[in-house]
Amino acid sequence: MERKLASTTGSPEGVVTGAASEAPPPPKVSAAIRRFLSEPTAIIGVAGLTLVVFVAVFAPLLSPQNPYDLMQLDIMDSRLAPGSESFTGVPYHLGTDGQGRDILSGIMYGLRTSLIVGIASAFAAALIGTTAGLMAAYVGGRTESFIMRLVDLQLSFPTILMALMVLAILGNGVTNVVLAIIVAEWATYARTARGTALVEREKEFIEAARCLRIPGRRVLLRHLLPNCLAPIIVIATMQVARAIGLEATLSFLGLGASVTQPSLGMLIANGYQYLLSGLYWISFYPGIALLITIVSINLVGDRLRDVLNPRNAR
Amino acid sequence: MITTLIRRAIQAGFVVIAMTLIVFIGVNVIGNPVDILINPDLNQAERLRVIENLGLDQSLWRQYLSFLHGLTQGSFGDSFVYGRPALDVILERLPATLELALCAMVIAIVVGLPLGLYAGLYPDRVSSKLIMTGSILGFSLPTFWVGLMFILVFAVQLGWLPSNGRGDTAEFLGARWSFLTGDGLSHLLLPALNLALFKTSLILRLTRAGVQEVVMQDFVKFARAKGLRENRIILVHILKNLMIPVVTIIGLEFGSLIAFSVVTESIFGWPGMGKLIIDSINLLDRPVIVAYLMMMVVLFVSLNFIIDICYTLLDPRVRLDGKG
Repeated sequence: MERKLASTTGSPEGVVTGAASEAPPPPKVSAAIRRFLSEPTAIIGVAGLTLVVFVAVFAPLLSPQNPYDLMQLDIMDSRLAPGSESFTGVPYHLGTDGQGRDILSGIMYGLRTSLIVGIASAFAAALIGTTAGLMAAYVGGRTESFIMRLVDLQLSFPTILMALMVLAILGNGVTNVVLAIIVAEWATYARTARGTALVEREKEFIEAARCLRIPGRRVLLRHLLPNCLAPIIVIATMQVARAIGLEATLSFLGLGASVTQPSLGMLIANGYQYLLSGLYWISFYPGIALLITIVSINLVGDRLRDVLNPRNAR
Repeated sequence: MITTLIRRAIQAGFVVIAMTLIVFIGVNVIGNPVDILINPDLNQAERLRVIENLGLDQSLWRQYLSFLHGLTQGSFGDSFVYGRPALDVILERLPATLELALCAMVIAIVVGLPLGLYAGLYPDRVSSKLIMTGSILGFSLPTFWVGLMFILVFAVQLGWLPSNGRGDTAEFLGARWSFLTGDGLSHLLLPALNLALFKTSLILRLTRAGVQEVVMQDFVKFARAKGLRENRIILVHILKNLMIPVVTIIGLEFGSLIAFSVVTESIFGWPGMGKLIIDSINLLDRPVIVAYLMMMVVLFVSLNFIIDICYTLLDPRVRLDGKG
């Protein structure tokens, strides 16, 4: 219904889109949400994710300390154990690191960097990959075999190797890490998008749209894309988790985020040198935050896959 | 069959050549090793001499040509840092990485296969559900963080195992290996466990899915109806049919184990290729970077080539001449 309304804005194809929207109507949103939450793991995932996003967004308000503000740091407070108090009597719930930074605050700000990098790179990879996949399925012929060869080639290398290759060429840094993740992950989207689009392409509503000589770009964007979105959304959710993990790994290896705005991986790396002296908290707690983030996203993605998969519908 | 093979081989060759170009140009256009490697106190004449020695004064395509020429001789140029042929520096580290990857693979199979079999045969038991939850954790836990926690628990708190280096090595087949000595084994255990974590979960889930598929098949029902012992059904009828996808994955994943050992080696100070490449990226040691990346490209291209061939040999339904 909505699709019809949206496209009757005076365009000559208004009637046409009406005919083309014979495609199965999407299930009601509220019912989908209810079904989504019927599994306890999904509730845990959503709760965890909400917490993580909330903390990341409101980090400046929630955190006891601004870890980037050198004026607030006191070298006297360095390497304090969790629960101990600062020189001035403020408690450090999760302890402090080598520079006297509050670990809890560091995690809150680190979550921001990790989430931004993860979401940005997954989104960009989704955009590029989906476009390539849809193009391949819709245009076919040489374009298709070229794109899919590239995808096959890409997927035959492990993500970490692709990322290393990009970083070896471009050098270290946050932007380059984002680029590396995009290069490493776009192929997954392309393969999924093409696979779905190949099935959808054969359906009557696409044929109808083509018969009515709707321009190719419009068919691609308005008719093919909306019907391919479900699996792409599922993949994108999972890939955000993977991207966050990959970013953390690369930062840990010293190839990623800058020292001034440490991501979770960087925080963990900072604690590495203190680990052998038993100062576990500097690495331990950022790792727990990373774990909560990744597991929550994976749980949500898992449930999304079950709900959005038409084979699992009642 | 022969023609498709040859075509596939030519394609693989093209991929490798294309990758030499991408990798070489990429690594050489961006970043200037002169600033990093040359002592800033040197005067201009000395600077030029060093640049000339390293071959950095040539134009880029000349450098590429001499690089290609070197390739045909099996040489990637001398490492800027070690002053020895880059390939030698890498190959020296190869046994350490191979050993680590092989060990991790063995652990992943020995742990993952039986657990997956169990979870697939008795999916409703509580223990099976625990195993499956554990495998989700194995997927989600960041490998490098688990490695750090291993060090914390087993090396720092309990003091059972060492956390750094290879320990004593013994010579075998012209290379030095850690797994031949007790001390080396104790050094090997933690990194291998760490590297195996992800693959164990993978093999476990794959085995379980395979078991659930095979159990439904008629030949298993028939074997049951025939009154065969359960052990025999599991070992012969189910496990044998499971092996094709599992073995494929093991083959495919071995390459990725070598790639992922970058992380594990960095944590545990394991002197393999992975640690070398990270050090080289940080020092901009270009010949070593290029040699490592090229080795990996060749490794993966040939791995895929071999798997493609195995597919055709094992399963006549797979045709290579089709698209993709």
